[in-house]
Amino acid sequence: MSNVDVVVTGLGATTPLGGDVASTWDALLAGRSGVGRLTLDWADQLTVKIGAQLKVDPSEVIDRVRMRRLDRSEAIALIAAKQAWADAGLEEAGLDKERLAVSFGSGIGGALTLLNQDDILEESGQRKVSPHTVPMLMPNGPAAWVGIELGAQAGVHAMASACATGAEAMSLGLDIIRSGRADVVVAGGTEAVIHPLPYAGFANMRAMSTRNDEPEKASRPWDKGRDGFVFGEGSGAIVLERADHAKARGARIYARLAGAGITSDGYDIVQPDPECKGGARAMAKAIRDAGLTGADIAHVNAHATSTPVGDMGEIIGIKASIGTHPVITSTKSMSGHLLGAAGALESIATILAIRDGVVPPTINLDDPDDKLDLDVAAHKARPLEIHAAMNNSFGFGGHNVALVFTRA
Amino acid sequence: MATREEITSGLAEILEEVAGVNPDDVAEGKSFTDDLDVDSLSMVEVVVAAEEKFGVKIPDNEVQNLKTVGDAVSYIEANH
Repeated sequence: MSNVDVVVTGLGATTPLGGDVASTWDALLAGRSGVGRLTLDWADQLTVKIGAQLKVDPSEVIDRVRMRRLDRSEAIALIAAKQAWADAGLEEAGLDKERLAVSFGSGIGGALTLLNQDDILEESGQRKVSPHTVPMLMPNGPAAWVGIELGAQAGVHAMASACATGAEAMSLGLDIIRSGRADVVVAGGTEAVIHPLPYAGFANMRAMSTRNDEPEKASRPWDKGRDGFVFGEGSGAIVLERADHAKARGARIYARLAGAGITSDGYDIVQPDPECKGGARAMAKAIRDAGLTGADIAHVNAHATSTPVGDMGEIIGIKASIGTHPVITSTKSMSGHLLGAAGALESIATILAIRDGVVPPTINLDDPDDKLDLDVAAHKARPLEIHAAMNNSFGFGGHNVALVFTRA
Repeated sequence: MATREEITSGLAEILEEVAGVNPDDVAEGKSFTDDLDVDSLSMVEVVVAAEEKFGVKIPDNEVQNLKTVGDAVSYIEANH
């Protein structure tokens, strides 16, 4: 437990449910699905033909010339981060940029640029390859662009922990502020690789849903009919700020980031530990870090991606580290799985659940798994007074991150 | 054989596409970097697009001599 309090003062997102936080949150509470038939011509040649594409294309927000220099994952990271920054009001507050850091990651990074430029190289030769290729595909690109846009001078960090990336970015942001290196950290995750190659790879792992005829029903965490995750794209960003700094400038405070727990499975490159032992240890660490006990956690925004093994393992982990009382949900049932951005978007959902006193629903839970013995906010949003809530994110490679947010 | 005016207007189209330069600002006396704000990476793109549009080869060691739009027009006029 740290004696430095860290709070959330800004939120930003662009997702399959909306081009900003307000529209995304409205859609989540309404139980709307962001999953559809892919609008890309290559989809017909693959076994998986569905996905959760951005509701608002970044080209509608960022001008054409700038887009030529940005990988799609970088463009949407910039969009989310600028929204969060404006929401926090820190430019007007005259923040010393030497006290501003960035912690922003991606699961797969600039693969879209890599693959598109490789096509150009193969078809037209070296001369036609964009001179912007390297800064577009490098995995620290999104974090670096956010840092440049905001003028951050206390360090820019990019992490890669697959589907735990967005949550790990929050955890590192918390550490940076606690260590005294910065007063404010813009933390987030981004992912935009809807392309036939990653689709083929994930499909051949049999990790993705093939419910092509009912896209909006394909992401169904904990349901007996679940057959894999739904690939999505999006970005989420959160402004983390030292509490006394935020209070001194009269900032609007959404919630506290009270604790974080990180563990690794040391088990398998893709399979989660079936009993979620590493996940449970991360949850227990986050609760201890927040100075709480399992009994305090009223709600969990679960990782639950709609895969046969992972969904039920997490249930075991939640029961072991928290108990049987929390109301749980998987917003991936609506947003799809945003991979490296998932932990960022789901942190935002957790924060707003605390603020508004409502748990967003898990849609499509029509026929719950026989082993599901926790209270899920199925089908409809559930009003719930929440003092403390958890967000879980687990990633290929055995990365486990749990975050505890509390009411400010 | 394109006239200098036609080459200038062709370059203006490329500069707008690649770097967002207003075509009205493009004139022979303008410097790519100082007046039109074209950075070194965008200049690479301008050169590649100009080679294609005007059917010329512009070697890398020539590019550094093309400081102004007029320099580029003269090079293209002499070599295409």
